[in-house]
Amino acid sequence: MLLIRCPYCREDRSEEEFSCVGEAHIDRPESPGDLSDSEWGDYLYMRTNPRGPHRELWVHTAGCRRYFNVLRDTVSYEILAVYTIGAPLPQPPGGNES
Amino acid sequence: MHGFAGDTLASALLANGVTTVATSFKYGRPRGVVGHGAEEPNAIVQLGRGGASVPNLRATQVELYDGLDAEACSRSMAQRLVGRLGRFMPAGFYYKTFMGAPQRWTAGIAGPTALWTASEHILRRATGLGHVPAGDDPDTYDRFNRHCDVLVVGAGPAGLAAALEAARSGARILIADEQAEFGGSLLDGSFNIAGQDASNWVADAVAELAACADVDLLPRSTVAGYYDHNFLTILERRTDHLGLVNPNRTRQRLHRVRARQVVLATGAIERPLVFANNDRPGVLLASSVASYLNRYAVAVGHKLLLCTANDHAYRTALDWHRAGRAVAAVVDCRDEPHGGLVDAARDAGIEVIAGHAVVEASGKRHVTGAVIAPLDPGTDSPTTRRLDCDVIACSAGWSPTLHLSSQTGTRPRWNEAAAAFLPGDVGDGAICAGAVAGSDSLRDCLEQGALAGATAASRAGFGSGRTTFTAPEIDETPATPSRPLFLVPHTKPVSRAPKQFVDFQLDVTAADIELAAREGYESVEHVKRYTALGFGTDQGKLGNVNGVAILADALGQDVATTGTTMFRPAYTPVTFGAIAGRDVGEFHDPERHTPMHAWHESNGALWEDVGRWKRPWYYPRPGETMQDAVNRECLAARDAVAVLDASTLGKIDIQGVDAAEFLDRVYTIGFRKLAVGRCRYGLMLREDGTIFDDGVTARLADNRYLMHTTTGNAEAVFAWLERWHQTEWPELDVYLTSVTDQWATTAIVGPKSRAVLGRLCDDIDLSPDAFRFMDVREGHVSGIAARVFRISFSGELSFEVNVSAQHGRQVWDAIVEAGAEFGITPYGTEAMHVLRAEKGFIIVGQDSDTTTTPHDAGMDWAVRRNKPFGFLGDRSLDVSDHRRDDRLQLVGLATTDAATVLPEGGQLVDKPESEPPVPMQGHVTSSYYSARLGRSIALAMVKGGANRLGDTLYCPLTDGRTVSVKIVSPVFYDPDGERQNV
Repeated sequence: MLLIRCPYCREDRSEEEFSCVGEAHIDRPESPGDLSDSEWGDYLYMRTNPRGPHRELWVHTAGCRRYFNVLRDTVSYEILAVYTIGAPLPQPPGGNES
Repeated sequence: MHGFAGDTLASALLANGVTTVATSFKYGRPRGVVGHGAEEPNAIVQLGRGGASVPNLRATQVELYDGLDAEACSRSMAQRLVGRLGRFMPAGFYYKTFMGAPQRWTAGIAGPTALWTASEHILRRATGLGHVPAGDDPDTYDRFNRHCDVLVVGAGPAGLAAALEAARSGARILIADEQAEFGGSLLDGSFNIAGQDASNWVADAVAELAACADVDLLPRSTVAGYYDHNFLTILERRTDHLGLVNPNRTRQRLHRVRARQVVLATGAIERPLVFANNDRPGVLLASSVASYLNRYAVAVGHKLLLCTANDHAYRTALDWHRAGRAVAAVVDCRDEPHGGLVDAARDAGIEVIAGHAVVEASGKRHVTGAVIAPLDPGTDSPTTRRLDCDVIACSAGWSPTLHLSSQTGTRPRWNEAAAAFLPGDVGDGAICAGAVAGSDSLRDCLEQGALAGATAASRAGFGSGRTTFTAPEIDETPATPSRPLFLVPHTKPVSRAPKQFVDFQLDVTAADIELAAREGYESVEHVKRYTALGFGTDQGKLGNVNGVAILADALGQDVATTGTTMFRPAYTPVTFGAIAGRDVGEFHDPERHTPMHAWHESNGALWEDVGRWKRPWYYPRPGETMQDAVNRECLAARDAVAVLDASTLGKIDIQGVDAAEFLDRVYTIGFRKLAVGRCRYGLMLREDGTIFDDGVTARLADNRYLMHTTTGNAEAVFAWLERWHQTEWPELDVYLTSVTDQWATTAIVGPKSRAVLGRLCDDIDLSPDAFRFMDVREGHVSGIAARVFRISFSGELSFEVNVSAQHGRQVWDAIVEAGAEFGITPYGTEAMHVLRAEKGFIIVGQDSDTTTTPHDAGMDWAVRRNKPFGFLGDRSLDVSDHRRDDRLQLVGLATTDAATVLPEGGQLVDKPESEPPVPMQGHVTSSYYSARLGRSIALAMVKGGANRLGDTLYCPLTDGRTVSVKIVSPVFYDPDGERQNV
C-alpha cells in the first residue's frame, strides 16, 4: 500500500485515503468544436501508459479533497514527486520520462 | 491422547505414535509429519467445530491445549478437485484415493501438572481442504494501525541480534516471530553460545529487549504480508493457544504496520532430498527430527538413518545418539566428508557412508528401511544396499525463507555457491540478515543481524550505523562444503522408478516435472500451473527449489536461467476474522439513515438500499401484498395527497461570482439567465457525451445556487465538480459545499398538497400564480425555517419542503398530521418509481447506462447547444457514432396483454420465434403495474426506437413464454403535463 505525501496537507498518508483519477495533464482542448472526431477521440481515450515514470492525477478523497499530481514509477511504484495543480513539472531522475 | 504444555499438535501426535496424519490428495498414500514449522505440507488440520472452527492449520504450528479437537483436512481435497484436475490423474486414481479415512484427534487435560489425556477416534466423514466454519464466530478480533522505526521479522539469532542493536540506538522497534517463544532455530538444536547453552543467550536478549520502553515484542505473530512502501501485516494470535473460544479476550490482532525500515531475519527452511517413496511416514527433515528430540523430547522412532549433503545435519545424528537411540548410519552424499561434526559422529561409533544417498525408502505404511547406492558409480552398475531403520532424516541443504522479500515484486536470484535462491535487491527500506541472506553459520547470523539492526536504525535516523556487537564464542567447526543435490538418481529412470515426490501437498513427482518439460513447457510459471507444483496452501515452501532444479535439469539449462516462481501474501493463511477486525455486523457497511428513519420504521416500512442509504420501499398494511401497497400509495399521490422522504437526494451549495458560468459548463442547459427563485432541470454529461447525472438546480441568490443530484451519485458528482474546478478552471470564483446531510426533505405530492402545506405555512403565498411550477420560496413550515421547492418527480402538484436536518422529523410529523384529514399517505421508492415511469421520467443508471446520450433518452429538450462555452460532453454529441439512427433509444412498451408485467432486463426481439442467433432489438429498463392506468407499463431502450412507434416486438421469458409488446411513447400519463401546473 503506497505512502503518499499530500502536497496540501503536507503529510505522508496511506493510499487508502486517496483515489487515483488517471493520467495527469490531459488538458481539455480550448475549442473542442474545432477538432475532428479523431482528434477529440484522442483527448477522450488515448493515454500513454508508460513503463517507468508516469504522471498521475490523484485526489485526497478522505482528507482535504484536493486534486494534485504524482510522478510515480509504474515498475517500482516509487513516488518520485508530488506537486500541486499548475506547479512546474518536476523531472524524473535521469530525465528518462517517456 | 496425551501431551505436555509446550507441545504442538504435531509433536503430541508423534509422541503418541500417530505417524500417519493424512491421506495424499492424488494417490491416496499415507503421509506423516515431515517438518516442524510453517513448511509442513502434510499435517494440515481443521481445529474444532462450529463457528469457531479454523481450517488449514499446520499441526506443527498448533500449540496443544486441553480438549483440543482436530481433524485432518487432507482427504476430501481429492473429492473436490478430482473433476477439475482429472486430466492429471493417472489410472487407478479413484481407487487409491477413496481408500482410507480422515482422522480426528482429541486431547484432554488431567490435573494442573499439565499432563494431557486424550482419546483418539476416527470419523468416517468426508471433509475438504478444510471446511467453512458453520455459524457466527464467537470471538472478537482487532485491527491495529501502527508505525515503527525498525520492524524486525523473525526472532532467531539474526533477528534478536538486529533488534538488540537497533534498540540500543533508541529507535522504536517491533520484533515479531511466528513461534510462541523467541529463539528461532536455537530452540530446535543443541547450540552453545559463549560456552553456555544458547537458550541463555536468548533469554538475556529477550530480557534486554523487554526492558526497553520503545521495543514491542510480538511472539505468536506471523508477518504475513509485505506490501509497497514498507507496509506490512502481522497476524498476532493471542488466545489460540488457550483454546478454541475465548470470548473475554481478543483472539487475534492484525497489525497493519508502516515501518521506516524492515530487517528480514526470516531464516531458512531445510530442503528435503527427493528419492523414491520419500513420502513414507517416517521420512522427515533432519532439522525437524532434531527439533522434536531437543525441544519436545519426542523421538520420532527407534532407529535413525541420516542422509545428508551437508555438515549441519550431523547434529541430528549426534543428538539422536546422545538420546540413547540407535543410528543405522549417516549416509553422506559427499565423497570425502571431514571436519569436527563428521569426526564426532565417527567417534561416537556411527557408521558414515560417504558418496552414497538413499535412493528409495522401504515399507508400505511406514518406513522400515532404506535402500542406499553410490551417487557416482562410475562405469559399474550401482550396487545397492538395504539398511533397516524406522526414521529417515534427510537434508539436501537450506532454502532461505525469502517469501516476504519477494512479495513486493523483488525476484529472488540463484546463488550457485549456496545452491539456493537468495532474496533479490530489496531496496533501501529493508535489509536481509542471517540464513535468509545465505548465512551458513551461527556466528555469521549473529554478526549479520547486528549489522543489519545498526544499519536499519541509522537509516531511520538513530545511531551511527556502527555495531557495538562483539561476536561471542561459538563452538562451531569448519564445514565441508555441501553438495548440491536436488534429485537422488534411482537405479531406474525417473519415469520408471517408484514415485519421487517433490511437492507432498499436491502429489507432484519428479516424473511429473520431467513430463511437463518433455511436453514442451519451458517457463517455470507454466510448469507450476501445469503440474500444480507449489500451488498448495504451503505455497511450496518445502519442494519448490527441488522442483525448479529438476525442471532446469530436464530442460538442460542452469537453475539461474530457469528462475523461480514468485510468492504472494500471505506467508501463512490469515483468518478473515483478523482482516475484518471490528468491522462486522452493523459496522461492516455502515448504513445512512434520514432524520425521519424512526418514523418509517415504526410505520412498517420495508427498506430499499440506495447506496448506503436505507430508504422506505413501501409501507404495507396488514394483509396487503407489495402490489396492493404500491397501488394504494400511487393512487393516493394521484388522487389526494401522499408524502415521500426525499432527504437522500444529493445537495450541493454552489456560491461565487462565477457560479452561473460554472454551472453552464457542467450542465447541458443554461443557468446564467435563470431568475432568482427559479429552478431548472439539467443533465450532466461525461466528456464522451453520455448521461452521468440529472437533477434540478435552483437559483437562491445572484451568486448562489443549490444543485440536486441523484441519491446514488451524490459523492461522484461532487468529486467530478471539484475535479473540473481544481484542475481545469481554477480561475473560476466558485465554491462547492456538500449539504446533503444538512437538510431534511419532505415531498408533499398530489392534488391536495397545496391545502396540506397551507395549514402549516402562512408566510409563503402558495397561490398558483405567486408560487409557480419550478419556483423556490423561503419561509416557515410549522414554525421552522424552510426552503420550499415546487418541483415534481411524479407529474403531480408537489411541494418539496426542506428544513434543517435536526427539524426534519418534527416537520414531517406536522405534515403527516396536517394531511390526516386528506388521507395523506406515506409512499416509498417503489411507488415513486411507478409514478415517474407513468410520466416517462428516466432514472439515470436504470433506464440509461454509460452509453446513453441525451438524444438516445429523448431529452434533446434539456440540451442547449449554443452556449458560449461548450459544456462537458457537448463536442461528443456530434461524433459520428452518436449520430447513428440505429442507436438504442428510449421508448415506452405496452404489452398486448395489459396484465402481464415484463421482467426488467428482458430482451426484445423482432419475431416471436426464430432460429439462433437472434438479433437483439433492445431491452426492458423499467417495468411496473400502473394502478392508475390499470395496465402494465414499461420503458425500454430499443434500436432506432424513436422512429418505431407502433411496431410490435417480442420479449421471450425464461419460462418459455413470449410476450408481445407494442412500442409507444414513454409518457403514459398526462402527456401535456397539466397536472403539475395546477
